Amino acid sequence: MSSEIKFGRAINQALRECMAADDAVIVIGEDIAGAGGSFGVTRGLLNEFGEHRVRDTPISEAAIVGAAVGAAMCGLRPVVEIMFMDFVTLAMDALVNQAAKMRFMFGGRASAPLVLRTPHGGGLSAGPQHSQCLEAWFAHVPGLKTVCPSTPADAYHLMKAAVADPDPVIFIENKSLYGASGPAPQAENAVAIGEAKTLRAGTDLTILAYGAVCRDALKAAEMLASEGVSAEVIDLRSLQPWDKDAVLASVARTHRLVVVHEAVRDFGPAAEICAHVAEFGFFDLDAPPERVAAPFMPPPFAPDLERVFRPNAEAIIEAARRSVS
Amino acid sequence: MSDKKADAVEEPNTGQQKVEAEAVERRTSKSELLKYYEDMLLIRRFEEKAGQLYGMGLIAGFCHLYIGQEAVVVGMQGAIEEGDQVITGYRDHGHMLACGMDPKGVMAELTGRKDGYSKGKGGSMHMFSRDKQFFGGHGIVGAQVPIGAGLAFANRYKENDRVSLTYFGDGAANQGQVYEAFNMAELWALPVVFIIENNQYAMGTSVKRASSEVHLHKRGASFAIPGEEVDGMDVLAVRDAGRRAVYDARRGEGPTILEMKTYRYRGHSMSDPAKYRTREEVQGVREKSDPIEHAKRMLLAADWASEDELKELDKSVKAVCQEAAQFSQDSPEPDPEELYTDVLAEA
Ligand SMILES: Cc1ncc(C[n+]2csc(CCOP(=O)(O)OP(=O)(O)O)c2C)c(N)n1
Ligand SMILES: [Mg+2]
Repeated sequence: MSSEIKFGRAINQALRECMAADDAVIVIGEDIAGAGGSFGVTRGLLNEFGEHRVRDTPISEAAIVGAAVGAAMCGLRPVVEIMFMDFVTLAMDALVNQAAKMRFMFGGRASAPLVLRTPHGGGLSAGPQHSQCLEAWFAHVPGLKTVCPSTPADAYHLMKAAVADPDPVIFIENKSLYGASGPAPQAENAVAIGEAKTLRAGTDLTILAYGAVCRDALKAAEMLASEGVSAEVIDLRSLQPWDKDAVLASVARTHRLVVVHEAVRDFGPAAEICAHVAEFGFFDLDAPPERVAAPFMPPPFAPDLERVFRPNAEAIIEAARRSVS
Repeated sequence: MSDKKADAVEEPNTGQQKVEAEAVERRTSKSELLKYYEDMLLIRRFEEKAGQLYGMGLIAGFCHLYIGQEAVVVGMQGAIEEGDQVITGYRDHGHMLACGMDPKGVMAELTGRKDGYSKGKGGSMHMFSRDKQFFGGHGIVGAQVPIGAGLAFANRYKENDRVSLTYFGDGAANQGQVYEAFNMAELWALPVVFIIENNQYAMGTSVKRASSEVHLHKRGASFAIPGEEVDGMDVLAVRDAGRRAVYDARRGEGPTILEMKTYRYRGHSMSDPAKYRTREEVQGVREKSDPIEHAKRMLLAADWASEDELKELDKSVKAVCQEAAQFSQDSPEPDPEELYTDVLAEA
């Protein structure tokens, strides 16, 4: 095994291993079999496992996810790909009213353990209907779990955890990470859903991020270090459940918090995190929590506008400076 | 397994092997056919130019070309009247040009500039012109279909005699909301024509691999919507079928489904490796059924134009596209402040 692996390949490897280990695991979605998915994540699975288990579907998101719910209720472990997160709107009923409610409304007698993989985020000039980050919607629904890894190894481990999980899991892949490489996963370093990871230790402030902007957070921390500011960077990895203990513990040490995400700011995940820290870590804070996020706008097409739209290291540095000043 | 069906395409039957002057004169007039020819050529040349600009890195994001399908939209424009409406998906450049939108504004949107139809906010997939009755430009496959029924609903409500042309693809024909819209459209006899551009593929998936009923014009049967299969490579056949459907819609008879048998020559978008079909398949359709070549042969057979005149026409069409390309590079990048406008009506 080579020591570096690409993000998309790591997910592919996890899927392959899950499928090899358990016949109940199937992969379905639009152009995922023959074409291997729009971002190549399911490449090779068709050859290895056959069309019985790796299935191209018609363009019918509502029925794809609805059928995955039904199949999951009967013991299959469907891993569904929704080509762009924007299209998940069409499958929201199956997720929100069906998958998320099965266990509760049937008094614990039923469940729908499916995994829904979907890419979010911009940077491709894909425009307003192909670039959104809608994870807050899922994190707001009891009965769903939501993860969003930032490294190939975490993606691998979280995919394995998602497939094994007894409940529905939304697995979010940032498009700008597909080409990124990182250390290959080690079997002994399994990641549980709901566990954050400290990417860089620091003492002056906590920068909390998830997904692709973790890289910007690390870049910002590097720059801040040269200004004499020691930033701790935490990768949340899971949004629901999220690692409240790790965040509160870090803030208790650094007394300052900057939360970063690519999703738009208003009612975004950072709002919940800041509210929680304000409620339960209020007396640890030396400055108001800061949010770095996309402005409250649809993602624009033009590359120049999209550059302004997406949060970056500079915006994180500015927020950090405000926080420590 | 039962879902493993043969993957070969059905060839559109254009019957254009033999073009006789008499037959042409019966079907059309010189001015009409020349106009269709020029309109189709404009789309073809515009798309070729867009493909070039994309290759040069001047266009970012998605870019879905309409090359091969020109007869569909041009023939349908020949079937409607001023004030009738058009709505489609993301493969929309041809529709916009056929509606009379300015090639300069379209190309400048492709390059993401200030003078693009959506000020650079929408891109290739998202443009709109109330003036030309073009209602977008939609990126969510199938979403335009109920919206198209809604345009028709408003027309019926206002009793304004307008008809809406609602275009979607063979892949989109498998979206549930299409059928919810079909039912309402027939139930309320809405003045809408549903046009399925069956170019035989939805990204890498052929119709046969995605559809239990491949004759998509039959998809309205359980809603009592009549359907017709049309040779979408023959601009006059499209026009004729379009006129019948538009006539019925305008008269209060409700919707018709027109399944246009057509073909896209290029990849799904500019980044499509097109491994799902052979070069020979594409070449075969181009050689046998090209809609523009077909119109050209009709023009020549009827002696309504000479080869030289058509070459001149091509030159002038190319000049229009070149001008649009230049404009799309000269137009300034949008002002960063523009990012924050147009989300809601400004107070
Ligand atoms: C709801 C939704 N699902 C999937 C996609 C991705 N997608 C874009 S185009 C396309 C194929 C559509 O094919 P078809 O309707 O035949 O139109 P064509 O591209 O052939 O013009 C797909 C799957 C999308 N944009 N929206
Ligand atoms: Mg198609």
